[in-house]
Amino acid sequence: MQPILRVENLSKVYEGGFTALRDVNLELRQGEIFALLGPNGAGKTTLISIICGLVNPSAGKVEVAGHDIIADYRAARAQIGLVPQELKTDSFETVWATVSFSRGLFGKKRNDAHIERVLKELSLWDKKDNKIMTLSGGMKRRVLIAKALSHEPRVLFLDEPTAGVDVELRRDMWRLVRQLREDGVTIILTTHYLEEAEEMADRIGVIRKGDLMLVEEKTALMRQFGQKRLTIHLNAPLSAIPAALGGHGLALGADGRDLVLSYATGAGEAPVSNVLRGLAMAGIAYNDLETHQSSLEDIFVELMREHA
Amino acid sequence: MNLHAIKAIYLFEMARTWRTLLQSVVSPVISTALYFIVFGSAIGGHMAPIDGVEYGAFIVPGLIMLTLLTQSISNASFGIYFPRFIGTIYEVLSAPISYVEIVIGYVGAAATKSMMLGLIILATSTFFVNVRVDHPVWMLGFLVLTAVTFSLFGFIIGIWADNFEKLQMIPLLVVTPLTFLGGSFYSIDMLPPFWRSVTLFNPVVYLVSGFRWSFFGVSDVHIAVSLGMTLVFLAACLVAVWWIFKTGYRLKS
Ligand SMILES: Nc1ncnc2c1ncn2[C@@H]1O[C@H](COP(=O)(O)OP(=O)(O)OP(=O)(O)O)[C@@H](O)[C@H]1O
Ligand SMILES: [Mg+2]
Repeated sequence: MQPILRVENLSKVYEGGFTALRDVNLELRQGEIFALLGPNGAGKTTLISIICGLVNPSAGKVEVAGHDIIADYRAARAQIGLVPQELKTDSFETVWATVSFSRGLFGKKRNDAHIERVLKELSLWDKKDNKIMTLSGGMKRRVLIAKALSHEPRVLFLDEPTAGVDVELRRDMWRLVRQLREDGVTIILTTHYLEEAEEMADRIGVIRKGDLMLVEEKTALMRQFGQKRLTIHLNAPLSAIPAALGGHGLALGADGRDLVLSYATGAGEAPVSNVLRGLAMAGIAYNDLETHQSSLEDIFVELMREHA
Repeated sequence: MNLHAIKAIYLFEMARTWRTLLQSVVSPVISTALYFIVFGSAIGGHMAPIDGVEYGAFIVPGLIMLTLLTQSISNASFGIYFPRFIGTIYEVLSAPISYVEIVIGYVGAAATKSMMLGLIILATSTFFVNVRVDHPVWMLGFLVLTAVTFSLFGFIIGIWADNFEKLQMIPLLVVTPLTFLGGSFYSIDMLPPFWRSVTLFNPVVYLVSGFRWSFFGVSDVHIAVSLGMTLVFLAACLVAVWWIFKTGYRLKS
């Protein structure tokens, strides 16, 4: 199947010589949720801005649904909805007017029923006649999302949509994102809340200093880089790990009352059962077991450290 | 053509006009009325008719031009500067819309507003003086041409300016003096020969002269020259706008 978004050898050197993107390649499938992760200044917004036509690429090419973003910009851009990172809204216009404006701007015929649906989904319906400047920051963020959805895009960019957003709106937003995905909309989001990406994304991309260093299915990523840790609380403290339990890679912790085993997520159950059998044979009694699976956040931090 | 987009931008900009209708209409009307009282009645009473036209009526085309130029520039420059300033321009730049369409939307709205004001001032002037329009089609033609040309010029200023001072600078330092020295309130024939020649480098002379000809059939320079010079300026503005969008100047990094 043709990818909905294809980025090929894309580079960006800003005026003044700063390289913000280095030879980025990426293909997205229609209907997936792609989380783009990376520290501040990594180039996330730059990548999104180039795809949306806000920044000129220095080299490389981008296609949206098979349309080149430069040669065939009308067809490419008509597919795209963008919610920018910063809150940039009009002040004196009403919510209804600004959202309708966006639809017209993207060349779509007036459709009040669609705008009404979008506003209702974002709990903006009762604010539709309010001037934007009278809304709170979270409400303005909803308005920006409504504008991006006003023309029924097939690709939606959410650049840090949850920065400064309360729990309720965040939950609303993710519900909407899931629903959009079911309708076949491809969603590209950036976030610094990794548990969000872990929960929402189908695939994860990690960008650092302009290099898209990793693109991976989330589950595969968790399996490949994920670590599990088994902690065994002992009845009586040990002063050292008994020789019989050597070779399992165990560590002693918490005043000798805990035995800790670290192993890769993909390793299956063998390490755990081996250790438990070893404990039984050595006659060491324990009263509790605890396992911890590393989160995307742990993986991310680990990745950043490896490539520092 | 993305007609929906042109319409969206045009109506959005016109909504700004309607919202501020009172100040956009009242202030030029009041200042024009003041001009009529001061120049038309108080001073004009002591002036001989120029080319057979009463002085009060003689200044009407110049006054309309003055408003047309300043309003076109300020409307259009503000119209594009403001979304750049607050950042909402991102949406227009990311929309499936060509540069020509963007310009038609913004410049069309700015020109509409200044033409409305020009006609309102013309109407106001009839309360003070007897004006006649000998060539109404030419009059409207010059009105449209000037409004469009200077709205384009304002659009360029609105893109070039990166702060509010610059936005005000060109209209204040260049356009207003040129208009006052461009024969709005006198015939350039009244100047000594040397200054008359200097004045011919002032583009506003040609606008005012041509516009006045459409009213009274008298002009400082030939109507064809007026039209030609206006078209040259229009062409220059079009080239500048084309270059701006081609290079993304001040719009895209
Ligand atoms: N217009 C510009 N001119 C010059 N450099 C720029 C410009 N815009 C961004 N940069 C630089 O490019 C780099 C990438 O910026 P970008 O905004 O893409 O980062 P980001 O990953 O979105 O960061 P954040 O998480 O903070 O939003 C940064 O070092 C930034 O300073
Ligand atoms: Mg960013």
